[in-house]
Amino acid sequence: MSGRNTTHALSWRTTAREDLTAVLAVAAAAAVLFVLLPTNLALLTRIVAVMLLVLSLDLVTGFAGVATLGHATVFGAGAYAAGILAAKFGIADPLLMLAIGAAAGALAGAVTSLVILRGHGLSQLVLSIAVASLAHEGANKLSAWTGGSDGLSGITPSALFGLFRFDLFGRTAFIMAVVLLLIVFIGLRVVVRSPFGMLCRAIKQDPVRVRAMGAPVYFTLVKMYAIAGAVAGLGGALSAVATRVVGLDSLSFTTSAEALVMLVLGGAGKLVGALVGTLVFVWLEDRISAINPFHWLTLIGVLLIAVVLFAPRGLTGAAETLWERIRKSQP
Amino acid sequence: MSLLAVRNLRKNFGGLAVTDDVSLILNRGDRVALIGPNGAGKTTFVNLVTGHLKPHAGSVSLDGEDVTEISPTQRVRRGLVRSFQVTRLFSEMTPQEHVALALLQRLGRSGQVLSDYRAMPDVVAESAAILGLLSLEDMGRVPVSDLAYGQQRLLEIAIAMALQPKVLLLDEPAAGVPGADTVLIEKALARLPVELAILLIDHDMDFVFRFARRVIVLTAGAIIFDGTPAEVSRDARVREAYLGSYADERSGA
Repeated sequence: MSGRNTTHALSWRTTAREDLTAVLAVAAAAAVLFVLLPTNLALLTRIVAVMLLVLSLDLVTGFAGVATLGHATVFGAGAYAAGILAAKFGIADPLLMLAIGAAAGALAGAVTSLVILRGHGLSQLVLSIAVASLAHEGANKLSAWTGGSDGLSGITPSALFGLFRFDLFGRTAFIMAVVLLLIVFIGLRVVVRSPFGMLCRAIKQDPVRVRAMGAPVYFTLVKMYAIAGAVAGLGGALSAVATRVVGLDSLSFTTSAEALVMLVLGGAGKLVGALVGTLVFVWLEDRISAINPFHWLTLIGVLLIAVVLFAPRGLTGAAETLWERIRKSQP
Repeated sequence: MSLLAVRNLRKNFGGLAVTDDVSLILNRGDRVALIGPNGAGKTTFVNLVTGHLKPHAGSVSLDGEDVTEISPTQRVRRGLVRSFQVTRLFSEMTPQEHVALALLQRLGRSGQVLSDYRAMPDVVAESAAILGLLSLEDMGRVPVSDLAYGQQRLLEIAIAMALQPKVLLLDEPAAGVPGADTVLIEKALARLPVELAILLIDHDMDFVFRFARRVIVLTAGAIIFDGTPAEVSRDARVREAYLGSYADERSGA
C-alpha cells in the first residue's frame, strides 16, 4: 500500500493533528531561517511569494489535472493589481494591496480558465501558453498603467497595521509573508480534503466517471481555477509589497515554466511538495548562480532529470517512500 | 406511470440506421435484459438513453418528464444512472470515498470547500450501508487497486446506488469477472431495492436468463423480440438472428 492512500483512511481528528504538525513545521523552519540568515530575508520573502504561485499551480495541475504552462498570468495579475493600486491610486495599505491582489488573481484565474479548459491535454497546454502570452503582451502595451518593459515603480507600502514599517532588512515583509503562507497553507489543506477537493481529484483521474455521477466538471474546474488564482494573486501582491516594483517578468513564460519545474521537483499533488520544490529550486538558483551565473540552469536540468527518472513523485514522494521503507524494516 | 419511456428512437450514422425506431417502456420493479449480437446497436441505444448521443428522432422520458433535450449529467441527477462496461474507478481513492463522493453529489454538497465528509454522520452512515448492501463493508478503506476485479464491479454498482436511481442501466456488470465470481454479482443484483427499474445489457445468456423477467432482442438497430426468457429461446427469428447454435444447445439434446 502506498503512503498517499493511507492518509485518506485516517479519521478527521487525526488529520487535524497532522495539520497542526505541518503548520508548526513550516513555522519552525521559517523561524530558524530568520535567525540563521538575517541578511537573506529579501530572498526568503521572494521564496514565499513564489511558494504561493507554486501552491496555486499545484491546485490546478497536481490536484485537478489541468495542464498549464501559463500560470504566471494569475501571479502577475495580482502583482500588477496591487502595484497599480499603490502607484497610481496612492492606496498603499499593505493588507488592502494583498486583498486586491488576491481578488485580481481569482478573477484572472476564472476568466482565463474559461478558455484554457476548452482544450484537453496538448491543446490545453498550448491554450495556456497563448493566454499567458496575450497577458504578457497586454501588460507591455498598457505601459501607461504598467510601466511596460521599464516595470512599475513608485510603490511605497505604508506601515503594516499602521505600526510596523517595511524596514531595510525586510524583517516586517518576511514575517508578514510567513504568516500569510501559514494561513494559506492551512486553508488549502482543508480545501483539498473537502468534498470539492475530492471532486477535483476525481476529475483529474476520470472526468467521464465524474459526469456519470451527475457532477459538473467544467464549473468545478473553473471554481478551482478561481481559488488557485486568489492564492497566486496573493503571491504576486506579496512580491509587489516586498520588492516595491512589478516587472513584466512576473507574467513571463519563464516564470510559468519554472513554477512547473519547482512543482515537479517537490512532488505534484501534495501541498508540501510545492513548498519543498520552491525552496530547493530558488535556493539552488541563488547559490549556484552566485558561483557560476552561466551554468546554473544546466545543473537544475540535471537535477530535474534525476528527479523525474529516479523519484517520479518528486523529492517529497521520494522521502515518503524512504520513510515507509524504514518503518517497515523495523520490527 | 412508467419510469422510463423510450419512444420511436432513431439514430443514423451516415446512411446506416444504428437505432431504427426503437420504443421501450420500463416500469417500477422491472428487471429487463437487452441482448443482441455484436454490432446490433446496444451501446448506441444506451448512449441515446443516457444522453451521450443525440437522436435524430424520437424521445426519452424519465418518470413522466421528457429528458430528450437535457444533458447526461442532468439526467443522472433526475435518477437515470448507468454503470460502465469497463470499470471506471478513481485509482487513488478508497471505496468509501467513491461512495461518499456520489452521496455528496446527490445531497448537493459536492461543491463544499470547507467541510469534511468524515465529519458528516449521515454521509458516513449511508456510505457504510451501501457498501454493506454490496458486501463491501470490510473493503471501505482499502485502495481500489487492492480490490479483486469482482469487487471493483460491485463498487461500480455501489456508486450507482449512492445516486438513488429510479432507472439503472447496467452495462455488462459481470464483464471480465472470473466465472466463479459472477454468482457474487448476481446475488448483489438480487438484493437491490425492488422498486428500482433495471435494464441489463449483456452477452452472457445464463446470466441474463437468471436475472431478467423480460428479454428484449436487438438486431441491426431494431427490436425483433420482446418477451419472457422462456419464450425467447423458442422464437424462430431470434434463433435465426442471434442465438443460433446456442439456443439449439439449450433446447436440443
